[in-house]
Amino acid sequence: MSAINIRNVRKSYGSVEVIHGVSIDIADGEFIVIVGPSGCGKSTLLRMVAGLETITSGEIEIGGRVVNRLEPRERDIAMVFQNYALYPHMTVYDNMAYGLKIAGLSKADIKTRVAKAAEMLQLTPYLDRKPRALSGGQRQRVAMGRALVRDPAAFLLDEPLSNLDAKLRVQMRLEIKQLQRSVGTTALYVTHDQVEAMTLADRLVVMHDGVAEQIDTPMAVYSRPATTYVAGFIGSPAMNMLPAESAGNRGLTLTNGAVVKPRGTRLPEAGRKVILGVRPEHLVLVAPGNADLELDVIAIETLGADTLAHGKLPGAANGDGDLVARLPGSVSVKPGDRLPLAIGPGMAHLFDAGTGARLEEVDLTVDAPTTRTRKKTAAEA
Amino acid sequence: MQNKRTIFGNRVLPYWLLLPQLAITFIFFLWPAAQAVRQSFLREDPFGLKTSFVWFQNYERLFADPLYLNSLKVTAVFALGVAALSLVTALVLALAVERTVRTSRAYTTLLVWPYAVAPAVVGIMWWFLFNPTIGILPYVLSMVGYRWNHVVSHTDAMILVIIAASWKQISYNFLFFLAGLSAIPHSLIEAAAIDGAGPAKRFFTIVFPMLSPTTFFLLVVNIVYAMFDTFGVIHATTEGGPAQATNILVYKVFEDGFIGLNLGSSAAQSVVLMIIVIALTVIQFRWIERRVQY
Repeated sequence: MSAINIRNVRKSYGSVEVIHGVSIDIADGEFIVIVGPSGCGKSTLLRMVAGLETITSGEIEIGGRVVNRLEPRERDIAMVFQNYALYPHMTVYDNMAYGLKIAGLSKADIKTRVAKAAEMLQLTPYLDRKPRALSGGQRQRVAMGRALVRDPAAFLLDEPLSNLDAKLRVQMRLEIKQLQRSVGTTALYVTHDQVEAMTLADRLVVMHDGVAEQIDTPMAVYSRPATTYVAGFIGSPAMNMLPAESAGNRGLTLTNGAVVKPRGTRLPEAGRKVILGVRPEHLVLVAPGNADLELDVIAIETLGADTLAHGKLPGAANGDGDLVARLPGSVSVKPGDRLPLAIGPGMAHLFDAGTGARLEEVDLTVDAPTTRTRKKTAAEA
Repeated sequence: MQNKRTIFGNRVLPYWLLLPQLAITFIFFLWPAAQAVRQSFLREDPFGLKTSFVWFQNYERLFADPLYLNSLKVTAVFALGVAALSLVTALVLALAVERTVRTSRAYTTLLVWPYAVAPAVVGIMWWFLFNPTIGILPYVLSMVGYRWNHVVSHTDAMILVIIAASWKQISYNFLFFLAGLSAIPHSLIEAAAIDGAGPAKRFFTIVFPMLSPTTFFLLVVNIVYAMFDTFGVIHATTEGGPAQATNILVYKVFEDGFIGLNLGSSAAQSVVLMIIVIALTVIQFRWIERRVQY
């Protein structure tokens, strides 16, 4: 159990830099999830922590010890691979005992440790089997067990659940979380699945093109995304992004000419080009007179609890005013409807149109119009 | 019901279509084999005028013949020597090529070339290299105080034929080992590295066990090669000498039959070889089917 400090780490292959200076401070016992699309450098970063890739520049510290020049085996870490990397010619027991045997532990000691891990992971009946005789979930557990028995300073997990089917993935997700809680070992977990990332993480690292765009708790990443990229990546369906220009106190002019004045949001100076981000779940159906913006419905997706209304701003050019609203499942809408929608107070996100960086903090005390209190409307009922 | 079978309208046509293949198998494999078996029970007088049926006398004499028993021993040493030398060398080369990143394809190409060289040419090349009077290697060895002479020394002669026969087999083994190595998932090696295993430990506990099906397959193939395919190499280098020291079974069949004209004994030896190769093939199929899946 130890802290991991990653300081301004860069990685280049030849002249191509793939990781552009990432710094993460991970506290002892913390569960950190690195999430990002494929090719963003998240696996490379993890492999640098593991010692499977060299570090071009910067510093990685595990438990107060700089490990840049140490071999993987000297770093006191355990890794779980996407394909589990179980030794196919060894039994489950031998797979888990392999590292301990090399470490030179006594036979009895190895036996108790493996038995304990097998007990925790419900693998006891399978200890004599070869990996090929196990199901996907069991293999996944053996891979976890192999990491667990060594009682390392940190667990590194590289997309450990992506080879499982959806149901098993949800189950193993919970198990991994509980396991990490109970042993209290620092964990660094890489995934491309934002749901996995949100549910597992104490803190999230959202990576994009070799840069850590935001490092924060799942809730903070969701409610205050630092960039348009993070805003679009976390949350499903993705956040609506509407290009707009500030009209000062009057609000924001959208591309179709409509002016929106989101409540509880401080607006930038007039003339500034911004991107207005609103999550589909923060658009509410209101009476026509109270609408912040309107949505011309093109397609409906019925999910049961919710209904997703896909469409665009009235009069918007193609691909320029696309909008999704997540409505209660009880609402009946159909393609061709024009929905009057309001943005939940304080739920608008503003980003700079050029850099994509988050513009201003949500501030309920400034400029919050009180006249238009939100009313439940007939349509919503 | 899906049926992959082709239905012929004409009942005779399929047999006509099979005929060429059956004819080749019969004329070039079954008939000569049957002839050898028949011949092994016969005895001819020196002028070929009279042939008599002698039951197992040829076999009885064979296994009472110290020269034949010697040849069995020589063949065993030779086959194991060739298999060991070519397997170990090929594995080392394959491991080396696997580690290189940029030039591995060039190395692979170069290492496969020897396989395209005819056995007799290989034999002559090594015969030149090791020639006690004009060869470069005896000259080099004499500098470290070893007097190489395969024309006189049994050991030298055996080493010479083992090297000459192994040389081209290395290419073949190398290709299989390289393919075997690249089939081992990289993450296994990485997992072992994280588990604390150094390079040597990783090789012996992970890589080599996972290569064992390949190794076993190659072992059988190499033994078969050394026993049956090395006639050209022996003929071009030592001709079985000195004093029977490299007279392997296959070469002895040729010597006794075509030089000594003892056709009955030669045929009996062929039948023994046939039984050995059948046994090896059975072992190979039985074991490989069992060992391949882990």
